[in-house]
Amino acid sequence: MDALISALLFSAGYNTALVTLGAALLGASAGAIGAFILLRKRSLVSDAISHGTLPGLAAAFILMVALGGDGRFLPGLLIGAAASSAIGLFFVEWIARRTRLGEDAAIGAVLSVFFGAGVVLMTVIQTLESGRQAGIATFLLGSAAGMLRSEAETIAVAALLAGLAIFVLRRPFTLVCFDPEYAATRGIDVRMTDFAMMGLLLAVTVIGLKVAGLVLIVALTIIPPVAARFWTERPGRMVLIATGLGALAAYFGAALSSIAAGLPTGALIVLCAFALFLVSLVFSPVRGLLATALSRYRFQKMVHERQGLLALARGEPVYDAYTLKVLRGRGFIRRDGVATDAGREAAASVARDEALWSLYRRLHPEEAASMEHSGLLPIAEALPPDVIEDLDRQFKPREVRI
Amino acid sequence: MSAEFLQLSLVPILIGTFASVACALLGNFLVLRRQSLIGDAVSHVALPGIVLAFLVTGTIAAWPMLVGAAATAIVAVLLIELIRRVGRVEPGAAMGVVFTALFAAGVLLLEQSDASSVHLDVQHALYGNLESLIWIAAEDWHALFDQTALAELPPQLPRLAVVLIAVVLFLIVAWKELVIGTFDPEFARSIGARPTLASLALVIMVAVGAVAAFDAVGSIIVIAMFICPPATARLMTNRIAPQVAWSVAIAAFSAVAGYVLAGYGPLWIGANSSVSAAGMIATVAGILMGLACLFGPQRYGSSVAARRALR
Repeated sequence: MDALISALLFSAGYNTALVTLGAALLGASAGAIGAFILLRKRSLVSDAISHGTLPGLAAAFILMVALGGDGRFLPGLLIGAAASSAIGLFFVEWIARRTRLGEDAAIGAVLSVFFGAGVVLMTVIQTLESGRQAGIATFLLGSAAGMLRSEAETIAVAALLAGLAIFVLRRPFTLVCFDPEYAATRGIDVRMTDFAMMGLLLAVTVIGLKVAGLVLIVALTIIPPVAARFWTERPGRMVLIATGLGALAAYFGAALSSIAAGLPTGALIVLCAFALFLVSLVFSPVRGLLATALSRYRFQKMVHERQGLLALARGEPVYDAYTLKVLRGRGFIRRDGVATDAGREAAASVARDEALWSLYRRLHPEEAASMEHSGLLPIAEALPPDVIEDLDRQFKPREVRI
Repeated sequence: MSAEFLQLSLVPILIGTFASVACALLGNFLVLRRQSLIGDAVSHVALPGIVLAFLVTGTIAAWPMLVGAAATAIVAVLLIELIRRVGRVEPGAAMGVVFTALFAAGVLLLEQSDASSVHLDVQHALYGNLESLIWIAAEDWHALFDQTALAELPPQLPRLAVVLIAVVLFLIVAWKELVIGTFDPEFARSIGARPTLASLALVIMVAVGAVAAFDAVGSIIVIAMFICPPATARLMTNRIAPQVAWSVAIAAFSAVAGYVLAGYGPLWIGANSSVSAAGMIATVAGILMGLACLFGPQRYGSSVAARRALR
């Protein structure tokens, strides 16, 4: 526990602090770009990008060894990874645009074939007898533990730069995500913006390979934005929340994995992100499961109360057990079912409300039909005051019978 | 054809072919329904199921693992549906949330248990070990009729044969429902063909096929074969029955050619060791799909789309 707290407070040694900070920056950038990609409805493209890095990683390794260098030199590996996943991304776009196949088939084909080709190259590396192929296997699942200081610095700086680029481009990204045609009339080059978005997604994926691993880095660009979706309906805020959730997940995951050997960094980061997602799914006040259930319960209760009061107003008997319970709970009826004074008063007001509604439906049938819950809400909550005044003027009191 | 071929290559080739054909058959409907990535998701979520089954039973017996993997696949499908409805996000994003989280859970469980000591590790799950499924007892061709030698066959072979037969039977029985449900779910509902039930059965068969194949050949072939042969076939023809036939032929060819290229290809160019057969099979399937994208007679779908694409 102490080890975790000191890792969280960046006081468990310079390297651990650097790795944790780098992971947090990476998580923030991944969450931000992922949010735009989610709005553009292309989340799984990042799956093709991440798997597409493997042949490039392996080819760069082979090339660097062939040139007499160290196959594990990180910038060289990342350049190879970026090149091959860019080729993969090009294939995804080309297949989806030029053939009848959907983007899903293009993504799946590219990710599996590139990964397969990468595995072929990995078995070639095993025969190179350079004895250092272990370095490349860590890219599959990610490992923050054995990271060199220079590698951690490279990752932190690159993640920060990617984050800054996303910040600078946030306006065109938002416009293109929502309304590409309107964006075009505002003078934004939609294709270039899409290109920049995919380029930054690719950059973040490649930077994150060493930390989260190529199988799981895709989670950092998908889970935080989907979690953020539960907290707000507004795109700007969603991007901000996704950035925060991504940073938090990567920070906790990297810190957790630093406290003991054999804890896979990528898996822990993803599970932290998923935990944040579950919290959002259940507890978000906007559209979380609890909030939805609560508002459903309130609505049900309101409808039962209203229909019960209408029945009282018309002198009809109420049989439904739940309606009776609601009316008794509000003190509108006595235990034997007879209306109290408060109940009669409330019933009269609901009946008048209902009469106004039926007048509104007769005068404006189309508007009434297109409204959600028309006739179930109190009319003052559903219609503007001037419309109600107008209804009041045309209203003939004899329609209310109590 | 020597005894060496029989001992070392025949069984892996057959296993690879059975797995590829079973996946490709089901993949036809996934590609047509634009749900190709379900195969990807299902083969990722098999990992936690397999590890859990190992932790519960303590052995790497096949059936508990199949049950565990199928159970996590069903949990995953339900979770995806829940997230899609409650979160109102696109299905792809919901899928991405679920399969990465479950795969991460599988990795963590695997690293924390001593499963890696009994030949269960992430690499194995990803690219299988097709080459190790050898049949040492087969000293000559008479072994094909020899009870004692047949008893030594790798168990993956009969298992995949059963799965392949089950997939074929499923397609024969549910053919009409699957086809109508794929092209026109509303019409299917109106004539009582129950498209929802057919879709669910398809997903379950995908899970069964993915898990059985995954155990023998690793998840790369599974994902590649769910998508590449059917997608290639889709570019060759406009009709469903020929498409399925094309996909079977392409899957079988990829499996055989990929295995041979991986085993003997490096020797031909002077290297002295083979490369990953699973990776090579996926690569061959990808090259075939690339050729179909360039030259397939139905690559545009309609003449209108062709004009648009060429403009």
